[in-house]
Amino acid sequence: MANLKDLKNRIASVKSTRKITKAMQMVAAAKLRRAQEAAENARPYARKFDEVVGQLAKSVGDSDTAPPLLRGTGQEQTCLLVVMTSEKGLCGGFNANIAKKAIARIRALQDEGKTVKIITVGKKGRAAMRRTYGDMMIDHVDMSEVKRVGYGDAQEIARNVLDRFDAGEFDTAYIYYGEFENAMTQIPTEQQIIPAQFDAEDDEDSAGANTVYEYEPSEEAILRDLLPKGVATQIFAALLENSASEQGARMTAMDNATRNADDMVEDLNRQYNRTRQSVITNELIEIISGAEALEG
Amino acid sequence: MADMMQFDLVSPERRVASQKARAVQIPGVEGDLTAMPNHAPLITTLRPGVVHVEGESGTEEFVVTGGFAQITGDGISILAEESYHRDEMSQDILDRMVEDAAEKQRKAVEASHNDPGPVDDAAKLLADMMAMGSHVGLSANQPNL
Repeated sequence: MANLKDLKNRIASVKSTRKITKAMQMVAAAKLRRAQEAAENARPYARKFDEVVGQLAKSVGDSDTAPPLLRGTGQEQTCLLVVMTSEKGLCGGFNANIAKKAIARIRALQDEGKTVKIITVGKKGRAAMRRTYGDMMIDHVDMSEVKRVGYGDAQEIARNVLDRFDAGEFDTAYIYYGEFENAMTQIPTEQQIIPAQFDAEDDEDSAGANTVYEYEPSEEAILRDLLPKGVATQIFAALLENSASEQGARMTAMDNATRNADDMVEDLNRQYNRTRQSVITNELIEIISGAEALEG
Repeated sequence: MADMMQFDLVSPERRVASQKARAVQIPGVEGDLTAMPNHAPLITTLRPGVVHVEGESGTEEFVVTGGFAQITGDGISILAEESYHRDEMSQDILDRMVEDAAEKQRKAVEASHNDPGPVDDAAKLLADMMAMGSHVGLSANQPNL
């Protein structure tokens, strides 16, 4: 039977762990609110941007003069995956889920005999994939110094990707990130960024689709100017989603941990009381049987 | 109201302004232009410069560093890479913008020896940036390039 002192120590240690997880949960909740706000603020820009570029892309279409960012390079041999994860752990299965999604794609691409290159953002995803796919990793973006994701960070990643595209290092590019559904659910998401894709859903009902615009300068020049920015915008949106998701996942994970600690403290307390009771009973038995031995 | 239109100015990080406007003057890449209600639909890219908004309560000014504008009959949306209200604009921000533009020019000069196109573009960007600075009363204290 565990002795009382050990039990007492264990209870104290679980309690202090619970304090930590509780604190982390509250910090994550506060950060989550801020991250959600940032994602909310970025939405009008992204929506408008997609709308306008989508229109332009449709009218320029597949013509030979369309920029390669829209049309593609004409082949699909080399694929770049930009895997975005968090810098810190203790957020449940968040990073593992994103890595799993990316790895599934890598396998599929390898089966088709294609070349895969990987850029990781955030060190957790890098750690998860390095052992198996380390030789495919061509770059890593360290976000540990970034307190608050800004558009500048996204621009830097976009420039990195675009420079490689211009240098002909890959043909298609995908980004991986956790889409924020709510604090409980984050959906690992894959999105194609090169060649650019646009939702064609609101074709008819949006007023803009039927308006004939004048363009200054030409449609294609505008498109050439905007497409690289579109890549940055998409990456920025993904980064924001990711940071909201990370905080949400951490909040949920820490909430679970706190609950587990509660249960554990309860169990240990019960065990402690029971042990204490049996120690007392034992002592009594010893005293009584000692007294009986003397009387006899 | 027929003589007013919706004016939206958004940057990737936030919505900078959303209000009613009578006329909006924007720095289009091929020259400044003023949009008023019922302007013909137009999409244009922007150069760095100052947006003048004539609203209900006087004229306001915003600094933008490129991006594009979509003009429809009943509104104008400007999507700027970076944007500040004139009052938020400071020497630090301008210095950073000018530094970025100068950096871009240096890179362009390095990257394209025979092709003057990108170099000219970058030089224009820098000049626009500086002109925008002096317009809002800040000096671009940039060493000669």
